[in-house]
Amino acid sequence: MLQAEQVHKHFGKLEVLKGIDLRVERGQVCCLLGPSGSGKSTFLRCINHLEQVTAGRLSVDGELVGYRQVGDKLYELREKETAAKRAEIGMVFQRFNLFPHMTALGNIIEAPTRVRRVPRDQAVARARALLDRVGLADKVDAYPAQLSGGQQQRVAIARALAMDPKLMLFDEPTSALDPELIDEVLEVMRGLARDGMTMVVVTHEMNFARDVADTVVFMDGGVVVESGPPEQVIRNPQHQRTKSFLRKVL
Amino acid sequence: MTSPAPLVAVPVRHWGRWVSGVLVLAGTAFVVNAFAHADVHWSTTRHYFTAHAIVQGAGRTLLISVLSQALGIALGVVVAVMRQSGNPVTGAVGWVYIWFFRGTPVLLQLFLWYNLGIAFPTILGHRTVDVMTPFLAALLGLGINEGAYMAEIVRAGIAAVDEGQTEAAQALGMPRTLVMRRVVLPQAMRVIIPPTGNEFINMLKTSSLAFAIQYQELLRVATGIYTSNLQVWELLFTVALWYLLLTSVFSIGQYYLERRFARGASRELPATPFQRLRANLTKAPRL
Repeated sequence: MLQAEQVHKHFGKLEVLKGIDLRVERGQVCCLLGPSGSGKSTFLRCINHLEQVTAGRLSVDGELVGYRQVGDKLYELREKETAAKRAEIGMVFQRFNLFPHMTALGNIIEAPTRVRRVPRDQAVARARALLDRVGLADKVDAYPAQLSGGQQQRVAIARALAMDPKLMLFDEPTSALDPELIDEVLEVMRGLARDGMTMVVVTHEMNFARDVADTVVFMDGGVVVESGPPEQVIRNPQHQRTKSFLRKVL
Repeated sequence: MTSPAPLVAVPVRHWGRWVSGVLVLAGTAFVVNAFAHADVHWSTTRHYFTAHAIVQGAGRTLLISVLSQALGIALGVVVAVMRQSGNPVTGAVGWVYIWFFRGTPVLLQLFLWYNLGIAFPTILGHRTVDVMTPFLAALLGLGINEGAYMAEIVRAGIAAVDEGQTEAAQALGMPRTLVMRRVVLPQAMRVIIPPTGNEFINMLKTSSLAFAIQYQELLRVATGIYTSNLQVWELLFTVALWYLLLTSVFSIGQYYLERRFARGASRELPATPFQRLRANLTKAPRL
């Protein structure tokens, strides 16, 4: 589903990603761990082209992100084509980024009705079902400012799901939440993983990574230090850098 | 356990407020007295307030202000979006537009439009002097000038919207125009409306400059009347009252518009003055 080969990313002179190799198969959950500044979020943002890769290849479902290849020449995608590809990838942000001027329902039906042109009543029915799934059936008409952080994040997950994405990206989805609100969000994510959603999750929640991930990737300084199944990387890390990081967070 | 008896204390006395209040009243009385005894026929002021020509002039002032402001808002949004589109051509065009129309006096621009025939003798086969009526010249002059100011206001509003909003909308697959229209601009409105209300109230008054290119707005009508009957003060007061009436009405409208766009920004909106009044009338008095 997701394939990265030697992905590099520079911001001016600053090299944030120094050659990332990664594979995520359909239906798998991949957790990216690592200290802040290690390039996890940047890599995640490259996957749906919110950041442009400077070198290397990144493809989702066999198609290059942001480019079209004809022969051995690359053509930059037009804005509309990039938008169409993004519509197939859901993203959940650390700061939720719900649209504050729309209700929970409005947030969820916005993209289906405007981008996919789904009839409104159909989109509303789907949105209600999704809100029910994330445990917020009674918050249909609430504005984001009237919801707690955990509730906002669950609406944000429902909003991303409304586009029927084939891949879900989570950028530290629980880092901005009070400790007692974290579980309600993780529970929704666990449910998604159980239902077979392909997910790439940047997180500091070690228990979640251990229980849910098929692959754990530890990044530091813009490179993948080690990766593998969670019991290997979290229980029995090989690299000194991974060991010292895990000692601090576990 | 019973709660303790409420505190009884002597409130702070604000002597300064009493003294300043008396001074303000005295000053007001002095000015009012001066005007009451001046050689001004207030009945004339009152008479012309509802005179057909003056009401018509006020109507034209309102019309040109509303249309010019609408043109200004439309141009402002377009130019603001042009300037931050990333397209160097539209960006440069927007910059030059603001540079010229914000950098020259609006009165001069009115004269330029009114005399457009000097540069373009004909427009689409018609003589420019016939097409460029005082009304059209005033509309273009005031509206296009206003667009330059509105562009900066809209740009500030767009910049005030959190970048995460654009990212979230893009991540949902929304193309840039849709992101702007559905996500960014509605949120920018909250920042844009207060200064825009200000701009419109300014426009109501600035439209009086159209007097210089023969547009028969409120002030022009009044000067026309007082050059023949010489009741200068009387008519200037009539005009002042009309402007105050117009600006007051739109200040109230602005208040309700701002509330409308504050949706989602705070958990609960404060009550309007009318809602408070109604609540105070129906509620039992608090002791």
